[in-house]
Amino acid sequence: MNNEKPMNVLSLQNVVKTYANHRAVNDVSFDVKKGTIFGLLGPNGAGKTSLIRIITTITAADSGQVYLNGQPLNRLHPNDIGYMPEERGLYKKMKVGEQLLYLAQLKGLSSKDAKVKLRHWLEKFEILNWWDKKISDLSKGMSQKVQFIATVVHDPSLIILDEPFSGLDPINANLIKDEIFQLKEKGASILFSTHRMEQVEEICEDIVLINHGKILLYGGVANIKNEFKEHKFSVKYEGSLPESLNFGGYEIVSNQANELIFKGQSGQTSIQLLKNLLDSNVNIMSFNEILPSLNEIFIKKVETSNE
Amino acid sequence: MNKIWLVTQREYLTRVTNKTFILTTLLAPLGILVFMAAVVLVMSTGSDKAKIINVYDPSGLLQNEFKSRDNLTFKFSNESMDAQKTLYKEKKINGILELPPLTDSLAKSYVYKYHSDDQLAMDENFAIESAIGKKIRDFKLKKLNIDAKTLENLDTDVQAEPETILEDKKISSITTIVSSALGGIVGYAMFFIILFYGMQVMRSVMEEKINRIIEVLISSLKPFELMMGKVLGVGLVGLTQIGIWLILMPIIYFIGAALFGINTEAMPNPVNDMNPEVALTFQSKASQIFLELRSMNWWFILPLTLFYFLAGYFAYSALFAAIGSAVGEDINDANSLTFPIMMPLIFSIYIGFSAVNAPDSSLAVWSSMIPLLSSIVMPVRLPFDPPWWQIGISVVSLIIFTIFLVWLAARIYRVGILMYGKKATFKELSKWIFYKD
Repeated sequence: MNNEKPMNVLSLQNVVKTYANHRAVNDVSFDVKKGTIFGLLGPNGAGKTSLIRIITTITAADSGQVYLNGQPLNRLHPNDIGYMPEERGLYKKMKVGEQLLYLAQLKGLSSKDAKVKLRHWLEKFEILNWWDKKISDLSKGMSQKVQFIATVVHDPSLIILDEPFSGLDPINANLIKDEIFQLKEKGASILFSTHRMEQVEEICEDIVLINHGKILLYGGVANIKNEFKEHKFSVKYEGSLPESLNFGGYEIVSNQANELIFKGQSGQTSIQLLKNLLDSNVNIMSFNEILPSLNEIFIKKVETSNE
Repeated sequence: MNKIWLVTQREYLTRVTNKTFILTTLLAPLGILVFMAAVVLVMSTGSDKAKIINVYDPSGLLQNEFKSRDNLTFKFSNESMDAQKTLYKEKKINGILELPPLTDSLAKSYVYKYHSDDQLAMDENFAIESAIGKKIRDFKLKKLNIDAKTLENLDTDVQAEPETILEDKKISSITTIVSSALGGIVGYAMFFIILFYGMQVMRSVMEEKINRIIEVLISSLKPFELMMGKVLGVGLVGLTQIGIWLILMPIIYFIGAALFGINTEAMPNPVNDMNPEVALTFQSKASQIFLELRSMNWWFILPLTLFYFLAGYFAYSALFAAIGSAVGEDINDANSLTFPIMMPLIFSIYIGFSAVNAPDSSLAVWSSMIPLLSSIVMPVRLPFDPPWWQIGISVVSLIIFTIFLVWLAARIYRVGILMYGKKATFKELSKWIFYKD
């Protein structure tokens, strides 16, 4: 658990939520540090949306506590949260400008402030000339941009993005990704819900993995990968290998296309392995530790929890 | 509160600036006017060609008296039929009216002939028939030695004159008629307005759910605020539309009258076709109606009617909102769910109609105090001056029940808007009421 100094923007303590006869959220606790990107991961139906709805005050937890910036969730907090649900939606017949103005005012901005901020964002995305366009006239990618602006225009301290890249082409996905990083630089914290693991590895610092409403994994991405490493090393070499090799406890898993994969035991260092290789006159081109991908960890963890 | 106002504003502005709304609001009174003008036009232009009709009346039945009408000119001629038919062939006249002598002074029927290849228009036929009928009547009176005055004395105008016993209240025979008409119109209007705008609230809820914008919205404000804002916004649209109509109708009417020269005199006026005495009583009745309308206690009827409209609208539209939230993607699903809401509404309009006939029947009295029914039945009874205690019970129970219904609807709404998939059953709806937040 994280006991470090930086204050948490969001803190969940033993949150429980039960619907009719199934427990959607089961004793979940985690913290999102200020100014970080946090991944909320889990397969479909794991309880991600239930959790997000509790955090956004759409529903309330049956028990447990949720703190935003150190305070228990209250009626004013929704104004400090920006939420982009997975199922996007805007009023199709409303004009872009009117719509954004309305949503910004619902988040507590005055009409004047909202106009200034919206202008800034629309200019940034180079879509200021869309102000009078109706949503129904925009493409999916275009309306996605409008939706993103609606999520962040009120400068929330916590931004919750549910599958923000789904349905976006690579160019627009990159644009949004850059914006997420910039918002983080400016001090916002982002709760990023997805099941696309490659994005998580790229973007998130900390993650929590839930399934059946329970936490399976929680911590920094680097720590988790370390925790799940199998002490495997990859050695790329040139030329041929000597007849007999002794690698002091490491076994060769595979030897293909001039790449050796070794597997050792927990607690062993790579020093002896490298030394033995050099002593055997192996012409080493590269030496890497093989860390498991989050995807592998995810699948492994979810499968064991389903058993 | 501020957020409710924002929602109200959006609902109001998007609707009021909608092209369809502007067109229907402006064109509906115009449409009614055009329709009325068309009716007047059709009625007054029976035939547009001027016709000359010769009247062959050898027995002098009409005594050379036959008033020509707009396009019809009657000429008495005792030339032989053959000579007149030659005139017809030469196209100097359009037809010949041949009136055979009346043989039997007590004959029950009389047949005249109209010689022409073209038929007369219906109103022309009618005018000729009634003119001949009147003449025959005079002829018969003379033959039977009856004085026209004596005959008139046989007819008696029977009227009731109601007198109150305990209450000090002036009522006349016309009071009931005026009250009935007023009550009926108000009841009918209430029914349609509540139904129409209630449905709009439902559609608005469904739109947000189908659009999926709902999740963004309720992460910014409470479902109750959203629902109330919506109900208020649509209600204001309704009041705006009715207000515009009330102002526009007379204006358009006067403009139309000035532009097209429709003057009330030229309209088919029943008074013109009546004999003077009847016309007199008719006119006195008309002025009596106006007197009656003026003597109504409008300071009492109007605010109460407005109250019943608002309370009824709130109760029903909150229910419509709850139903809208429970419907899935398919608008047709709404029909089966709206049925139970429509029932009291339809029921109350029927009770309203019966209340017009019998405003003090126990059915009318009880249902004007039962919420959901009362918002339509009581306004129907108001012109009949129901007792204060009934109004009191009705108002208090309606307020309490409306608050309860809005609360109930909000409980269903907050759960329904987040439920996707198949449409909910009433059993599920009733469970939603007890869900925790």
